[in-house]
Formats: sequence, C-alpha cells, structure tokens
Amino acid sequence: MAGAFGNPEIVEEEVDILIIGGGMGACGAAYEIVPWLEAARKQGIDLKVKLVDKAAIDRSGAVAQGLSAINTYMGTQDPADYARMVSNDLMGITRDDLTYDLGRHVDDSVHLFEEWGLPIWKQPGDETRSLAEGGKPVRSGKWQIMINGESYKPIVAEAARKALGADRIQEHVFIARLVNDRNDPNRIAGAIGFSLREHRIYVYRFKACLLVAGGCASIFRTRSVGEGSGRAWYPVWSTGSTYAMAAEAGAELTMMENRFVPVRFKDGYGPVGAWFLHFKAKATNALGDEYMEKNRELLDAYPPYGQAAVPAACLRNHLMMHELREGRGPIYMDTVAALGKLAETMTPREIKHLEADAWEDFLDMCIAQAGVWAGENIEPERKSSELMPTEPYLLGSHSGCCGLWVSGPEDLGAPSDEEHPDKNRIPSHLPSGWNWGYRSMTTVKGLFTAADGVGASGHKFSSGSHAEGRIAAKAMVKFCIDDRDRRPELADSVQDLVDEIYRPVRNFLEHEDESTAVDVNPNYITPRMLQFRLQKVMDEYVGGVSTLYQTNAKMLEVAEDKLEMLKEDALRMRAKDLHELLRAWENHHRVLSAEAHLKHIQFREESRYPGFYYRTDRDRIDDENWKCFVNSVYDRKTGTWTCFKRAHVDLVDKSKLFR
Amino acid sequence: MPTFVRPDRCDGCIDRDMTSCIYICPHDLMKLDRDGSETGHAMRAFNQEPEQCWECYACVKICPQQAIECRHYADLVPLGASVQPQRGPDSILWTIAFRNGNTKRFKFPTRTTLEGSIDPYGSKPEADLSTLGEPGYFTSGGVRKPGNPDELIRK
Ligand SMILES: Cc1cc2nc3c(=O)[nH]c(=O)nc-3n(C[C@H](O)[C@H](O)[C@H](O)COP(=O)(O)OP(=O)(O)OC[C@H]3O[C@@H](n4cnc5c(N)ncnc54)[C@H](O)[C@@H]3O)c2cc1C
Ligand code: SF4
Ligand code: SF4
Repeated sequence: MAGAFGNPEIVEEEVDILIIGGGMGACGAAYEIVPWLEAARKQGIDLKVKLVDKAAIDRSGAVAQGLSAINTYMGTQDPADYARMVSNDLMGITRDDLTYDLGRHVDDSVHLFEEWGLPIWKQPGDETRSLAEGGKPVRSGKWQIMINGESYKPIVAEAARKALGADRIQEHVFIARLVNDRNDPNRIAGAIGFSLREHRIYVYRFKACLLVAGGCASIFRTRSVGEGSGRAWYPVWSTGSTYAMAAEAGAELTMMENRFVPVRFKDGYGPVGAWFLHFKAKATNALGDEYMEKNRELLDAYPPYGQAAVPAACLRNHLMMHELREGRGPIYMDTVAALGKLAETMTPREIKHLEADAWEDFLDMCIAQAGVWAGENIEPERKSSELMPTEPYLLGSHSGCCGLWVSGPEDLGAPSDEEHPDKNRIPSHLPSGWNWGYRSMTTVKGLFTAADGVGASGHKFSSGSHAEGRIAAKAMVKFCIDDRDRRPELADSVQDLVDEIYRPVRNFLEHEDESTAVDVNPNYITPRMLQFRLQKVMDEYVGGVSTLYQTNAKMLEVAEDKLEMLKEDALRMRAKDLHELLRAWENHHRVLSAEAHLKHIQFREESRYPGFYYRTDRDRIDDENWKCFVNSVYDRKTGTWTCFKRAHVDLVDKSKLFR
Repeated sequence: MPTFVRPDRCDGCIDRDMTSCIYICPHDLMKLDRDGSETGHAMRAFNQEPEQCWECYACVKICPQQAIECRHYADLVPLGASVQPQRGPDSILWTIAFRNGNTKRFKFPTRTTLEGSIDPYGSKPEADLSTLGEPGYFTSGGVRKPGNPDELIRK
C-alpha cells in the first residue's frame, strides 16, 4: 500500500543496470541489451536490468508526436563524410571518434524500424524493397530519408517493451537525483525518484546506469508567454535531467556553451524543410530581398567556416539576424512566389500532392503549426508565412552538441593523451584522451549516456539516438560482467535522500497556512514562478530572444549573481501535489543545466556560434585560442563549477569541406 | 492549442483498465476530476496545466471516446479553427477546419504491421559474448558500414 502525501512509502530495489528515460536512446538500449544479457546468463552471469521513464514509453520523449523524416541514414555514404558534415555544422569542434562510430552503426537501427513497421518512402520502382534489401529511400537531404512517421515512437517502443517485458519497465517514475558510491566518490551506485501516481519513492541501487533523459527546453523565455508557453520547439518535457543529474554526480560536461536556435514558422514552430526542399521556396526580409544571397559576404568574416559548401546552421541564422537587427523584419517564407513558379510547370494535381506532403510535415511532428495556419486562414499560395528564430535549446542529438564527455571507440585513432598548453588545468582525477575502457561511459564510473546526453557530437537525430543507446547497452553489460562481484553502496542515507526529494512537499505543508492565497506565500515559491524567473534571467542576460541572442561579460556576471539566489530559492519551491513535485524537480534540473550553459559561455571568450549567440565583447571566432573543447565539472557540495579546455583533434580530414 | 475535454463524450474511462489520456500524456497534464470539485464535472478528465501543453496530440489520438480536442493557444491563434485526427490501425485521417469555414482532409499511412505484432528477435542471431567489446551489434556481427580506412588520418 502506497503512503500518504508528505509521508511516502519507500521502495528499494537493486538491479545491475538502470536505464533512465524511455525515449529513442533508451528504447535502443532496451532492444540491444536483452540478447547480451541472455548470452551472459548462459555463461552463468545473471544481470538484472530495469528501465524507468517519467512518462509512458509509447509516446514519451521528443518523438511523441511522430516525425516526418529519419535524419541520419548513411545508405551508400561513408561514415567519414558524415563525421565531416557534423563537424562543419558545429563549427569545427566535434569528436570525430563519436560521430564516425555512430555513422558506421546507425543504419542497422533504421533497418529495424522498417522491419517493425515504420513506413519508409522509396524511389519509384523500389516500393516493395526494404532498405536492408537495397531499396532506395526518398532523400530529403544528403543524410535524411522521408517516412510516414506518425507512429514512429509507438513502433520503436513496442519493440523495446517486448524486448524487456513489462516487469522490467517502470513508467511514471521521475528520477530526481543520482547517488554516488559510498566507497568511491567517482562512481555511481544508485538513483532516487518518485512516482507520479502514488505516494511512493523509489531508491535504486545498481552497478551501471544509462542516463538518457533527453535534452533541455524552456530555460529561456519562450516567445509566447500565455497559454502558448508550452509551445517550445523541442518538447517542453525535456527538462535537462540528463545534464543536471550527471553534473551533480560529478560527470564531466562538454560544450555546454553550444545551443540550438532553429528558424521555424513563427508561433507554431513548424518545420520549414519541406518548403525549402520540395517547393524551392526562398526566405526574404520584409522588402522581399533574399537575404541569404544579399548577405552572403558576411560569411567571409568567419574563415574557414564561412567558406564551407553548406554553411553551418548558425551561420545561416546569422544572415537572417542581420536583417532583424537592421530592422528589416518580418522574415518570410515566400510561399506565394514558390507556388506560383511551380504552377508554371506542374499540373494542379501534382501541386496538390506536394501540398499534402507539406501538411504532413506539420501533422507528423508539429501539429501546432497546422493549428496556426488553420486559425489564421493561411493559404500558402495567397499569403506568405513568417519565419522566426526560436528561443535557445540545449541538446546533443539534434543540431547541437552540448552534453557529457564520454569514452569513445578505441579503433579509430583517437588521442590517448592530452597535449595542449592548458592541460594542467584539467582536474587530475579526470581521464586524459578520448577513451577510458568502456564505450559511452562518462567520467564517472558506471554512469553511461547516449543520444541527447553525449556531447561534442550532434546530428544523430532519432535513428542515431537509438543506435547510440544500443552501443551504450553493450558497454554496460561488459562493465557489469567485469565488475560482477561488486555491491553498490549509497553515499547518502535513504532517509536523507527521501527528505531531499520531498522537500517541496514539506515546504508546502509547513507554510500553506501563512497566507490566504495558496500561490502567494512569503515562505515558498511555486515551481511555475521559479521557472519564469529562470527564463527571465536567461532571456535578458544570457542571450535570449529579447536581446537578439546577444550577451557580454558584464551581462553574464549579472546573470551569475541572479542565478545564485535563484538556486537558493529553488530549495524553497513548494509542491502542493505530486504533479507539482514533478515540476519542482524538473526545474531543479533546468536551473543547473542553465547554469552550465552560462558558465561555459562565460569561459569561452569568443563567439563560436554566430547566429546562435553573440558575445558582443568577443564578437569573433578565435581559432587560435578557442578551437578546443570547453569542459566542466560541478561540485554539488559547494555548488561551484570548474571550466577547462581540452584539445581538439581531427580524425578525418576537414579541408575537403572548404571552398 | 491546449487540449480540452468534451464533458458529454468523456466517460472517465470508467470501465477500462486504464485512463488512457492520463496514462499517455508525456507531460503529466491530464487529470481526472473524481468528485467534480475541480471542474464541476465529476469523473471527467481535464488538462490541469494548459500552458504546459505541447499539443502533441498523444491524448487526443488515444482517447477511446474521441472526447479530447485542441483549442489553439489563445494567446497566439484566432478562435474558430480545429485540427482533429482519427487514428486507425494503419493510417491516420486528419480533418483541418479553418477559421473561415474551409476544410482540408488528409490521410497518411502510419504503419505497415499490425499493432502488437512486432517480434523483436524473431529471425535474429543470438549475441556472441566473445564479441562484446568490439564495435557492432548482435544483429549484424560487425558494424553496418565499416567505411574507407584511408579516411582515418590518425590511424
Ligand atoms: C520538433 C522535433 C523535430 C525533430 N525532427 C527530427 C527528424 O525529422 N528526424 C529525426 O531523425 N529526428 C528528429 N528529431 C530529433 C529526435 O527526436 C531526438 O534526437 C531523439 O528523440 C533524442 O533521443 P533521446 O533518447 O536523447 O531523448 P528523448 O527521445 O527525448 O527521450 C527522453 C526520455 O527521458 C524521459 N525522462 C526525462 N527526464 C526524466 C527523468 N528525470 N526521469 C525519468 N525519465 C525522464 C522522457 O520521458 C523520455 O522518455 C526531432 C525532435 C523534435 C523535438
Ligand atoms: S478524455 Fe477520453 S481518455 Fe480521457 S478519461 Fe475521458 S474518455 Fe478516457
Ligand atoms: S496534447 Fe500532448 S501535452 Fe497536451 S495534454 Fe495531450 S498528451 Fe499532454
């Protein structure tokens, strides 16, 4: 029988491997791990695994709505080309070992998706041949293939669910914090979470854990602040749990200064790809100028990156932002001209077909945009639609590269030591080189990650996230076999952990009678207001939309002070029910992720990603001093960050990218 | 467009083994008002935090009563439009009603296999524990795309 509000029942469970999250990375891990566990069992080694998700895996995570494309599929292309593309889009600072490894693995996951029932578009004549049999996909870009993806997540989840079986899946449990090992502070031994349905706290002990709880949205003020505040581009339920919990456990973070600012249809944040690609539509400023052409010479300020055959996403944004800063907005997707032009060469039937594809692009992954068009009576042949850069997001699997520093593959020529002038600033307990035994393991023993969790790579997308979860699953099995005699012991007492987790509930119960208004109380703050405060600080000082993504050392210093107090007040969040307890903990994770972002931008004294953010006091790319990874570790006892550099090295030749 | 629930259609999933919308929402938004004290509608579901809704439509698609719809975010979308799906076993039918009364309908395939029919390991090989430390998956024996070794300039 579950406990009562404020007095939860405590369930303790010991497993060998805990998977935290139920998204693409987690489902990949669930699928891959079972046969390896089976093989281990046949040799007399019995390992227990469990997957916990805060939601229901059928629709949890970033693929909840579905998708209209699988963005990473090699086909006939070489993984080295893929590694080059990722490096180019992320301004030269990615780890080729991770991206190359992903490239040589990823297609297997795509073939499974098709086998399980995901409809993948094929070239005429190849409709009945699967990709595995050599069927040629319809590409929507060099690496992307088109799908009918409404049921993408239910399909991938069904396979994961069947693989693990119901007993090994726990849904609607939010993991709030990882717990280190009592005898080894640099090892992970457990995690604590709470049920969203019953008054119950779960304490897990384990040898290894895969932390794949997605990326981080909604730390910056969203463009819509009323009912539409949930309209984030990356899902509003990606709350930085991966970055924050790993940081608190002492894991090394990398490239947390990186962010993604997608340009999307205004307000609904609908995808623009189909319009650029199928309709050959152009983006213009208010005067009708095609700024991508008009402003092209601005790219020359960023050699060699500006000379790439395809400029990085941030540089493409940069050309648009120039127009916004100069006051020549709004920016439009010129759908009228594009459709008019197509009508000259296409039959109305063909155009109708294209139009259905464009709507499917919305309906498969951003239904809200269909709502905006329907509400505003937008007929694209008569009225062009506005484009707008969104608020910033932190993620490691889409077009961003923040995340955790993980051990890479050993067979690709990655460095095994660290050679650069600042190497003495790297805290001595951290490994040197790019691999330390177990693939996908963070710098904390037993703590693994994948997908949005892995930094310094990016462009894995849905398929790559699944593929990376599978890679990590194998490594965790190896880790547990090697370490099979070890019993995890928690560094903190269960009672202390429970008190910490339920603090927001206690804050509420202790103070609720000090005010007649339940939400306005001198002794607590609602999670909702705390989130608004975080968003305000980040927006106004750390390069959100209100400053057109600009910040400087002074603004960052102000933000630092404000976040300091916000962190103190975060301990005074209230929770009047389990739903609010969820929001309180999500916000703890958001705050820490936001702080990491701030500290990294502060440390990197340049503007590496023009168009994503500008440090107006360091408004240039400084390859001489900053073509390196910025990494950090957090000390949860003191609440302080240590940032440092790590050397960047190319494993594949990048000169081919530039004109 | 946060979701809203039609009280005349929702039956609280009373005779089912789970309350579908509450089960599926990735953001824990749907809630059952057991005694009517929160909404005036006992045993009906409602969206407890509309401004956190991603409009992912997971709840809309799963509701067995088709009781859930979206009213587009009021702070950015004019009233009067609706986007409503009907999800079948292998396809989804969308009806889009514009504010001015125009409508569009689209039908898209969703899956090529029956729901529940996936056999994850059916024809797959067993994992070979001696390869555990090497790249590749149990399905493929090695990696899918070994790549041109000349491209690796530090090896
Ligand atoms: C709008 C949009 C469009 C996209 N378009 C494409 C596309 O066209 N093609 C493509 O290939 N990819 C696309 N992607 C990218 C793709 O969805 C992601 O790369 C991928 O889902 C990331 O996988 P993940 O496992 O890291 O995170 P997710 O899939 O987001 O999973 C995170 C999981 O963690 C759980 N969780 C979070 N916090 C906790 C916690 N504290 N405790 C327990 N569980 C927790 C969540 O419930 C969820 O199950 C798109 C994403 C979005 C949002
Ligand atoms: S809205 Fe639909 S799914 Fe939710 S309780 Fe009512 S009938 Fe069930
Ligand atoms: S649309 Fe999505 S986010 Fe909104 S209530 Fe339904 S399931 Fe939850």
